[in-house]
Amino acid sequence: MKEIRLHGIGGMGTVKAGEILVHETVKEGKYGNSMPFFGFERQGAPVTSFVRLDDKPIRPKNKVYQPDCVIVLDPSLLVSANVFEGLNDNSIFVVNSRIENLEAIKISDRVARIAYVDATDIAMELLNRAIPNTIMLGAFARATGWAERKSLEEVIVKFFGEKNREAFRRGYDEVKVIELGEGQL
Amino acid sequence: MKYISDYIVPIGPEGLYIIDTGKWRTRRPEMDIMKCKKCGTCFLYCPVHAVKRHEDKSYTIDYTYCKGCGICANECRFDSIEMIPEEGDSDA
Amino acid sequence: MPEIKVQNGNMAAATGAALCRPDVIAAYPITPQTPVVEYLTQFKADGEIESTMSEVESELSAMSVVTGASLAGSRTFTATASQGLALMYEPYFRASTLRLPIVMAVVNREMISPQTLWGGPQDALCVRDAGWIQIYVEDNQEILDTIILAFRLAEDKGVLLPVNVCYDGFYLSHMSERVEVPDQASVDAFLPHYVPEHIKLDPVRPMSVDPLTNGYLLTEYRLRHTQGHQRALKLIDELDAEFANQFGRSYGGLVEEYCNTDSDAVLVTMGSMTGVAREAVDLARARGRKIGLLKLRAVRPFPGARVVKAIAGRKAFGVVDRSVSFGWGTGITFREIRSAMYGEGSNIPAVPMIGGLGGEDVTIEHMMLAIDCIYQAVESGLSNETVWLNKEIDIM
Repeated sequence: MKEIRLHGIGGMGTVKAGEILVHETVKEGKYGNSMPFFGFERQGAPVTSFVRLDDKPIRPKNKVYQPDCVIVLDPSLLVSANVFEGLNDNSIFVVNSRIENLEAIKISDRVARIAYVDATDIAMELLNRAIPNTIMLGAFARATGWAERKSLEEVIVKFFGEKNREAFRRGYDEVKVIELGEGQL
Repeated sequence: MKYISDYIVPIGPEGLYIIDTGKWRTRRPEMDIMKCKKCGTCFLYCPVHAVKRHEDKSYTIDYTYCKGCGICANECRFDSIEMIPEEGDSDA
Repeated sequence: MPEIKVQNGNMAAATGAALCRPDVIAAYPITPQTPVVEYLTQFKADGEIESTMSEVESELSAMSVVTGASLAGSRTFTATASQGLALMYEPYFRASTLRLPIVMAVVNREMISPQTLWGGPQDALCVRDAGWIQIYVEDNQEILDTIILAFRLAEDKGVLLPVNVCYDGFYLSHMSERVEVPDQASVDAFLPHYVPEHIKLDPVRPMSVDPLTNGYLLTEYRLRHTQGHQRALKLIDELDAEFANQFGRSYGGLVEEYCNTDSDAVLVTMGSMTGVAREAVDLARARGRKIGLLKLRAVRPFPGARVVKAIAGRKAFGVVDRSVSFGWGTGITFREIRSAMYGEGSNIPAVPMIGGLGGEDVTIEHMMLAIDCIYQAVESGLSNETVWLNKEIDIM
């Protein structure tokens, strides 16, 4: 079973992104669950989504405490949210960020692989809105390999329309994936 | 058993405000004192009592709990309040 | 053919209700139930269901409207949560004592005060003696399936009682997972058209409804009401088997036992936390402890015989409650289980535990602690004081 935590800001499609992952895995004949966690539903509030993916039925319905992967949909959350909390060893960290934001913070040493892409930039270019979730799903697919690329692309187009196909592909193609060894970035 | 609150019910003069609405802001209201006519409309409308009334009947904004909702700026009839981006916001 | 979909608990409830072809739906929105009302209204607007949607201004009205509709012979559905359930208490009690086969989804949410939105069965458990049948479920598939079962149960001529299908707010209501949605034809085959015989308001054949009644007759009605629950006790298990035969899914009926055949101690849970309890049981077993799990589904009628069968002969049992029975200082289902064990198992050490209140998560750590507490009782041979799981873990 893979456990994923998504960090976003209200209005960015964090919850939807989590659900899309479940749609994809169920489409492939597997199992998943996705639960949003928000204190107060409103634009601009931090939103966390918990996702589990597995080949067999998933029993726990509670929050994810030791994610194998964390997806961060906004670089401001690197500072304002506890994005590294509970990370499993050898976890994968996928973040909407430029390299400068990452260099400014200390990456947890439990992160084995880091993947970053300036999703907001791509979103503004392709969609004219700062909603990075479809791009981040592309980045996630490439960084982890836990979702079938074609399958995920089709689910995204089904939910968000043809415009997002390009967004997903850009995320997939342009994400930089770095294996973290002894040193940091 | 160890108790973590001094209160037996959620009623009390202080220490109950565990929701830090000040951290919610992405914009902040800036008041132009020159334009302010001291009508008190913003004071009446602010949902978190962030607008403070002083003895000399002037009004200022206390940013401790201001959540940047913009109601004060919207209601001010004299355009003396402007919503500007909160400093330290992301580039998103 | 059934369809595999991804649905959250509220959508599963709305889908289950829609498949049952209710004649009248009246519900008032309240977090975390609101999407149920929205989805059903959308189904109606899209022409997917033919139910009459009655827009009401409060939960009191909602229950009153479905009561009236049911009296007129309709199959009815509604849904609510915590404060909404409290607001409708007056017509809620009357719905069961008038033996109306209404099905209501309760999206379990903590009761105020303090101000809270998060999941927990305190709301429905507090009204468990208002005469309704109450079944608490563990996941979204079970929500959908149990609503279909609920109509069949409620409308049985020997039962004729309204049913609450209860599921945890947020943990299930807002959580999306794989759900197999049966096709309409299969549901129609399982759930025939509702034909009321005991009451039907009809101008052609007028009836009196609920005149002032003396104690002698009231007692008669109460006795028959309890007989309805007795019939439900058997039928819940029978229907589970029939459902499994037709749809391929079984939930055990009144209760479900997991890894309990060779157990020496039992952990009892209810609702969505059962998922993580199963994980904890597997983990504890891997470490050599022969713990079994008992998942409580029906709280009314209370499955005393099946509970005794699951716990008798063991060296201890513990109940993790997401509720509080204030006067006792334990959880609510603990008291029910303890009562059932009087007689055949009255000397088995019992551990009352409370956790997950107000949206606090029940984690695998809490469940492992619960299992530890149960084995402490096995060792000492004595029952425990109530263990407040969240406070124990915090202190640790």
